[in-house]
Amino acid sequence: MKKPETENAGSFSRRTFLKSLGTTAVAVAATQANAVAAELEKANTEKIIGPNAVPVTLKVNGETLKLQLEPRVTLLDALRNYSSLTGAKEGCDRAACGACTVMIDDVPVYSCQNLAIEAQGKAITTVEGLAKNGNLTKVQQAFLEKDALMCGYCTPGFVMSVTALLRKNPHPSVDDVKHACAGNICRCGTQPRIMEAALQASGVACNSKTEVIDYA
Amino acid sequence: MPSWPTETKYISHSTLRIDAVPKLTGQARYSSDIQAQGWLYGMILRSKWPAAKITSINLEKARAIPGIKAALTVQDGERTVRYYGEELAAVAGTTKQACLDALRAIEVEAKPLPHVVHETEAMKDDSPKVWEGSPNASNPKPSDKGDVDKAFAECAAVIEGFYTTPVQLHHPMETHGSTVSWTDDGVTAWVSTQGVFGSRDALAGGLKLEQSKVRVLSEFMGGGFGAKFPPVLESVLAARLSREVKAPVRLMLTRFDEALAVGNRPSSFQKIKLGASADGTLQAFEFDNYGTGGLGSGGTTAGGGSGVNLPQPYIYRVPNTRVKQTVVAINAGGARAFRAPAHPPASYGMECAMDDLAVKLGMDPVELRLKNDPSEIRQREYKIGIERFGWKEKYKKPGSSPGVVKVGVGCGGSAWSGGGGARTTQGEAQINPDGSIEVRLGVQDLGTGTKTVIAVVAAEILGLKPEQITVKIGDTRYPPGPGSGGSMTCPSVAPTVFDVCTKTLEQLQTQAGIADARGENWFSACKKLGVNPLVVHGQWQPGLSDSRACGVQFAEVEVDTETGMVTVKKITCIQDGGLIVNKNTFESQVNGGIIMGMGYALYEERIMDDLSGVVLNPNFETYKVSGIGDIPEIDITLLNMPERGVIGIGEPVTIPTASAIANAVANAIGVRVSSLPITPAKVLAALGKVPPSTVSKT
Repeated sequence: MKKPETENAGSFSRRTFLKSLGTTAVAVAATQANAVAAELEKANTEKIIGPNAVPVTLKVNGETLKLQLEPRVTLLDALRNYSSLTGAKEGCDRAACGACTVMIDDVPVYSCQNLAIEAQGKAITTVEGLAKNGNLTKVQQAFLEKDALMCGYCTPGFVMSVTALLRKNPHPSVDDVKHACAGNICRCGTQPRIMEAALQASGVACNSKTEVIDYA
Repeated sequence: MPSWPTETKYISHSTLRIDAVPKLTGQARYSSDIQAQGWLYGMILRSKWPAAKITSINLEKARAIPGIKAALTVQDGERTVRYYGEELAAVAGTTKQACLDALRAIEVEAKPLPHVVHETEAMKDDSPKVWEGSPNASNPKPSDKGDVDKAFAECAAVIEGFYTTPVQLHHPMETHGSTVSWTDDGVTAWVSTQGVFGSRDALAGGLKLEQSKVRVLSEFMGGGFGAKFPPVLESVLAARLSREVKAPVRLMLTRFDEALAVGNRPSSFQKIKLGASADGTLQAFEFDNYGTGGLGSGGTTAGGGSGVNLPQPYIYRVPNTRVKQTVVAINAGGARAFRAPAHPPASYGMECAMDDLAVKLGMDPVELRLKNDPSEIRQREYKIGIERFGWKEKYKKPGSSPGVVKVGVGCGGSAWSGGGGARTTQGEAQINPDGSIEVRLGVQDLGTGTKTVIAVVAAEILGLKPEQITVKIGDTRYPPGPGSGGSMTCPSVAPTVFDVCTKTLEQLQTQAGIADARGENWFSACKKLGVNPLVVHGQWQPGLSDSRACGVQFAEVEVDTETGMVTVKKITCIQDGGLIVNKNTFESQVNGGIIMGMGYALYEERIMDDLSGVVLNPNFETYKVSGIGDIPEIDITLLNMPERGVIGIGEPVTIPTASAIANAVANAIGVRVSSLPITPAKVLAALGKVPPSTVSKT
């Protein structure tokens, strides 16, 4: 663990600089500077964790996961590679594809952009946590019935985005679904079926209009 | 000759995807999800030079990083790298973070060499050479049919155009890679692959092992689109690392890696001259094309044409043709097969020329096609499409749409020479005395629905329900099957399962002494097997499949002439697929092809930087693909032709989409944007509202 910076390191510490600023500047600036100084002092006296692994406790799908992780480990990395929860997928590791989408306290997030240590104390839901006792959720059932998946690699992300949408807005419009899934990429081209599945899960019937015509 | 049953319960109906539940619940294990006992991470260090002589690679500091268990070079000694992203070294460690640290710690000494990353530059005499001593460009002779010059002289209308298409990247959602375990017994590799047997053979070759010592598994894989055939260099590296650390190694490419080194669709720069007589009958076609498939293409270099050469004049009957195609090498990653290789660019060039000619002739573009397309199936499809799309009401004179946001329509056709079955495909069924049944084939499901197709055919023949069939694929321990390319999987698999199940049923009936063991008699027949399961082998049979699917598509677009934005409003697709095996998954494939074709039309393009030689848009925030907000209304009509047998359609459905959209844009604004992708900048430039871009050279 890194030692907190000592007060008198160097001849002109940040604190003395800020203090001197406070005595010469106008009152408002002085107040702000003092506030900044206080923040800095607080940060300096707080424990700095890492770079080595530290204990991290995550609450995932209602269960507690106790892990040893470097602070730089993302939530996605922690789920996929330090536990057996490989449902969330890594497609870009860069907040550009949505395959890693999970819910934190019902809000869909890119798990590749959240550090595991920051997700402590929050309720994390992954795609593995949706179906209970082998029963698919309404959203999963609609995805199955509408064939809203092909290779399936983006599917957990879309399922999470649609699930989060319906929890917030049980009767979304087409535009609501587009907005909710705007951060998810599918390369197989299942988007029309995902749209149908999302609407069906919200109680709007969507039937295929595809026609089969006999040539002969 | 065997034949498909005419009265069916499952074939040609809709069965839900049988492996949807594990995919929807996160239980499906892809190659990137395998957590073999004691597994380590693997990562690849890539060249940061587009061309360089690598003089030394020092791995010592990387090996000293805590958690790093092994580091190796791809090749020993001095070597030349020819593109940004070429593989140099690989590491294995206990965490991803340790591997990232190790890659940064590897010291590479290199002497940079001059590079060239654009086709037009590479063709110049004084351009840096991708391969020492070889010209970058091939020097082809034009191939002539008939008397082209005389025919052009006699044409009533002639158009000339220069139509270009970019390098497109596959970007399957699961990147390339594998988890490999090398033990004394041999190598077990979970590979994200389009061919388990091909990968096995490539791994055995790369590792100098007997093929029988290598087992490749791929139960679930996250898309390929042509890029996931061997060579499987990343799997070979994972295996070498695994041997060194005596533990399984999972090595998946990053999204950045994916954009650099594992395939792309070649570019095309098509100079087309097309002429017809006054009634619209095509008379003459002249074609001069160049394009690049990356470093693998060019003058005397190996690798053939890298898919640069296009099958022009595509689907049309033209008596007099002159075709010249030049293959250009550049310092960029090599091309690989990409969903209907060579067809989407060929279709784009030719269909644009057809519409431009129709305008010149004052003819309806569909009429011009009906006049010159020799395919009876497409003729029929166009006629269905005209009604279904409402072509006659929607088609207006180019540029006549009023207002700022202009509406336009266009069309295009496709032909796919493949889509037939691989006669070497084998399979087996195991019937257990309790009536349970397992059907096993050494094929793989790319997301197309192969497992579901197997269950549907087996259920039909055995008189069972699809959910009663346990389907096992993606393992080289099963009877050999072909790689999934050329839209061949369905027409390979369906006849094979037909044969396996027909023979199984015959044997079961003989052994059990029951005349018809199907349906309600199934369990009592199986019980009579006693204690030994029945295992029956079968293989692909002729007469149950065909090739050459035909399709046509119509597009309706809106073009905002102030912003240059193109919005696709509707795609109407009429597609022949012979005997439809499973309507549900067939439809999904059609959607997928159209949406990928839309990306090709409007968004997708690999952009190279001249100075640095790097790919500027290697990830999804800059390499744009169609998103859910871009999806138009898609209207599909399937032409059922059971008499032809099963035909693969994964590739043909993506071919004409970009052509139809490009023609719709030209129809809307009255001028041709002759370059894909049709970006707002190109639309505004075509309208004369901004100067032509100097940035996008493709």
